[in-house]
Amino acid sequence: MYEENEATATLEKSYVAFKPENKGAIKKMMIILSKGTLENVYAAFVLANGARMEGIEAEMFFTFFGLEAIHKKKLERLHVATVGNPAMHMPTMLGGLPGMEAFATHMMKKEMEKIDMPDILEFLDILSASGVKLWACKLAMDMFHYKKEDLYDGIDDVITVGDFYKESAGEGVHMLFI
Amino acid sequence: MERTINGKSITVNEEGYLKDFSQWDDKVGEALAAESGIALTPRHWEVLKYLQNEQKNQVALSIRRVGKSGVVDIKEFYQLFPIAPLKTATKIAGIPKPASCI
Repeated sequence: MYEENEATATLEKSYVAFKPENKGAIKKMMIILSKGTLENVYAAFVLANGARMEGIEAEMFFTFFGLEAIHKKKLERLHVATVGNPAMHMPTMLGGLPGMEAFATHMMKKEMEKIDMPDILEFLDILSASGVKLWACKLAMDMFHYKKEDLYDGIDDVITVGDFYKESAGEGVHMLFI
Repeated sequence: MERTINGKSITVNEEGYLKDFSQWDDKVGEALAAESGIALTPRHWEVLKYLQNEQKNQVALSIRRVGKSGVVDIKEFYQLFPIAPLKTATKIAGIPKPASCI
C-alpha cells in the first residue's frame, strides 16, 4: 500500500513538472505530406490553412509522393485513389478499370467546387499568402530527380529532415504525418 | 452576456461577438480592435465595411472569398489582422463569426 502511494506521488510530481504551458495551446503545426492523392493533399492543405485562420503558425514539409502537390506540371493532375480505398465503396476490380480514377476525380472536383474549395494551385497561393512556410524534402527531390525550378514558385526552400526538425523547435509545436 | 464599452451597454456571446449589430458603432469597433491589439487605419475600416456589407447581403464569408473581393488580398488581410484575420475582423465589425473551414 505504501509503495503504491509513493508511486502515485512520484507520478503526480512528474505530471506537475511536465505540465504544459499556456494550457497546452497549439502554437504551430508542422504538417508532413507524403502522399500525392487528391484527398490526402486537400486534407493537409485544409489543416494548414485552418491553423492560420485560428492564429496558429503552420509549416508544411513535402516528401515522397507529397512532392507531386507542389510540382508545377503534376499538381493539376492529382487523382483520387479508387483502388485500395474501401471508402470509395467500389469493387477493387472496377476501380482498376481504365478511366475510373479520372471519373472519380472529376466527380470529386465538381463537389469541391460546390463547397467553394479552391483547386490545388489556388490553394497553394492561399497558403503562401497566409504565411504558411512550404518546404520540399531534399532526399525525395534527389530520388525523383526534381529540381527547385520544377516546383511551385512559393516554395521556401529544399531542406533536409534535420533542417525540418530544427524548424519544429519550440513550445506548443505539433507534428502531423499524412 | 452584457458588457459596457465607452459607457454603452452591448450584448455579446461567450466568444465576445456582438449578438445584435444595431448595438455596433465606430467607437465599439475601435474598442474591440484595441482589445485585439489593433489600431484601426483607413485600410482596416475599408475591410470592416466590406465584411459588414457581405453580412448584410447574407454572403457566407471565407478567407478565399475575402481574397477574391478586390477589397483586400489574403496577404494584406493577414497584415492588417495578423492573428486569425477572419475571426478577429468579424468580431471587430460586430458581425457573427463565420463557420468556414477555408
